[in-house]
Amino acid sequence: MSSIGTGYDLSASQFSPDGRVFQVEYAMKAVENSGTVIGLKGTDGIVLAAEKLILSKLHETGTNKRIFNIDKHIGMAFSGLIADARQIVEIARKEASNYRLQYGVNIPLKYLNDRVSMYMHAYTLYSAVRPYGCSVILASYEENEPVMYLIDPSGVSYGYHGCATGKAKQSAKTEIEKLKLGNLSCKELVKEAAKIIYLVHDELKDKNFELELSWVCKESNGYHVKVPDSVFAEAEKAAKQAMEADSESDTDDM
Amino acid sequence: MSLLARPHYPDYSTAPVQHQFYPYADNGGSVVAIAGDDFVVIGADTRLSAGFSIYTRNQNKLFPLAKTTVLGCSGCWCDTLTLTRILKSRMQMYAQEHNKTMSTTACAQMLSTMLYYKRFFPYSISNVLVGLDNEATTLSGTAKRRFTKLGGSAGALLQPLLDNQIGQKNMEIVSKEPLSQEKALKILKDVFISAAERDIYTGDSVFINIITKDGIQEDKFELRKD
Amino acid sequence: MFDITAPAPPLWSNGPSPGAFYNFPSLQSAPSDFVTHSQAPVTTATSIVAVAYNNGVIIAGDLLGSYGSLARYRNCPRILKVNDNIILGAGGDYGDFQYIKDFVQEKIVSEECLDDGVKLKPKSLYCWLTRIMYQRRSKFDPFWNNLVVGGIQDGNVFLGTVDKLGTAYTDKIICTGYGAHIATPMLRDALDRNPNPSQAEARRLVEKSMEVLFYRDARSYSKYLIGVIDKDEGIKIEGPVEVPTNWEIANFK
Repeated sequence: MSSIGTGYDLSASQFSPDGRVFQVEYAMKAVENSGTVIGLKGTDGIVLAAEKLILSKLHETGTNKRIFNIDKHIGMAFSGLIADARQIVEIARKEASNYRLQYGVNIPLKYLNDRVSMYMHAYTLYSAVRPYGCSVILASYEENEPVMYLIDPSGVSYGYHGCATGKAKQSAKTEIEKLKLGNLSCKELVKEAAKIIYLVHDELKDKNFELELSWVCKESNGYHVKVPDSVFAEAEKAAKQAMEADSESDTDDM
Repeated sequence: MSLLARPHYPDYSTAPVQHQFYPYADNGGSVVAIAGDDFVVIGADTRLSAGFSIYTRNQNKLFPLAKTTVLGCSGCWCDTLTLTRILKSRMQMYAQEHNKTMSTTACAQMLSTMLYYKRFFPYSISNVLVGLDNEATTLSGTAKRRFTKLGGSAGALLQPLLDNQIGQKNMEIVSKEPLSQEKALKILKDVFISAAERDIYTGDSVFINIITKDGIQEDKFELRKD
Repeated sequence: MFDITAPAPPLWSNGPSPGAFYNFPSLQSAPSDFVTHSQAPVTTATSIVAVAYNNGVIIAGDLLGSYGSLARYRNCPRILKVNDNIILGAGGDYGDFQYIKDFVQEKIVSEECLDDGVKLKPKSLYCWLTRIMYQRRSKFDPFWNNLVVGGIQDGNVFLGTVDKLGTAYTDKIICTGYGAHIATPMLRDALDRNPNPSQAEARRLVEKSMEVLFYRDARSYSKYLIGVIDKDEGIKIEGPVEVPTNWEIANFK
């Protein structure tokens, strides 16, 4: 960020001479400060996984969740500021509800993505507001077709087979690219997702974290739900074993 | 054709359309209350009806507002539900703000204000508010303090009976004895039996609250069910 | 021939100014800022019959949507599973019911989204619907329905009803519309004889009521849905069930 402090970063409504909107870039910085969140598309659905960093041991487990239900068939995971994300969750829920009242069918994720990203983009245009400090992943499984989008604070969104955002998004993406996403089922992906979250977790900088896993797939009848406890336990166990195997092979190398 | 005749274009008419929807219902019910020196008894029949239909035979129409305050309602049941629900929350707000429950007299004043607030779209309810005041006992009608009060579908039928038996109107030998709780209860039950004979909106059973300084005691009494 | 001293008649009198619409002179002062509301039901559904038995509730309503006296639609379901512990039945204007159904279901979805395990309870829905019905009657724009809410709450059976005014009550027997006049007395009599019917007994009572109503109510239909919510068996909506009819007694053949 060579141009920091050049006077063009105080407002979201002003470009810098080299064509950047600094407020939006700072919002992305806020996203990069938070725990990693990934979404993986399988043959029969989508798996969302979040690394929820625990800032204080005094917090109750299970508070400040990073994965939300938007509608029965849509899930949202976020990284960034939780208060900002909750507002996005609210408007997404309203859009989904409104769509069904109007048209009598569930909102296709394509349209929800359009509406939410337009909304986030609107907050990058005016000096009176600041952009949202969060990236969100939207996931659904509609008519046997898994769909997933990631929206940035800039309001830009893309559809993905696998995506990552947050602190370790680079290494997470590298890991995701190693997977054969086109061939894996959600059952298998849950384990992979847990492994990736455990792998990219930085034990030195962030001590504790809670793993969150959800899916929206054939197994869950097209509903977005937390993965069942047994599946969760299995995935977490696999992830921990993989970590141990990893550290053993490291020592072998030495 | 006369030049004065104006053509009529219904589609261009902006004349107001008359509503035929009537927002009130008469769901009947009678409430009788009698006060003595240190007690009040209040009873309401448990029949909820409309026209020739009996909705239910077991509807309580007495609403305890505080430890020694009870409201009895008859008339439009949907208004009663709404009014009593607002009253309940007003009672709670008062209690939390003042750290004490509202007195019966304050309840009566509040009720009066709440009813007047709806002066131009009124709650169609006969309210009988009873309770003990600070000294000993009182019985409050909606506004005036009285010692007998009756509201509801059999009101006109029974007030003379109460006037005679409790108020000792037109009595040759006037008893100086204060009214006992037992006698008040007896009269109250008789009054309801009489009402159920003639008024189709009164019947099934009577739900009674006996209010003394110790609190509210409940009682039930069967009426004819036809 | 022509009287040229008289001015020519106006070519365009009393007309709108160019580009404007014509204003009918007699209507100038009529008020225009009032709201009109629907004042009568259009497509209607008839009675709901509901009985609470020792272990749950049974609700039945036929499938007919009437347009005045015309039997217009023959597949209008109006017994609705709201969630795992509530059944909702409705009579009256079918459009109003569909609107109510939409926002009740939307409420359920928004509660499920919170994922906190808290479910809407029958008494809460009953109370909420009462407030909605009362608010609409107070706006002189009522939902023209009789709603019946049945369910299980904290292990207890619940059965309540609300009408278009917001008049609400609970009872062991609830029948709306024509059923209030024909089925209620039958059911009250049956319950006086047998105050704690089993599910099968209650079901027989409801089925008998639907049969009698089909014979007597000219706005009724032979096919109906029957919803059962039971403490042990959970909730199910069955149908269409057909009324067994026997017209031998009739003299029209």
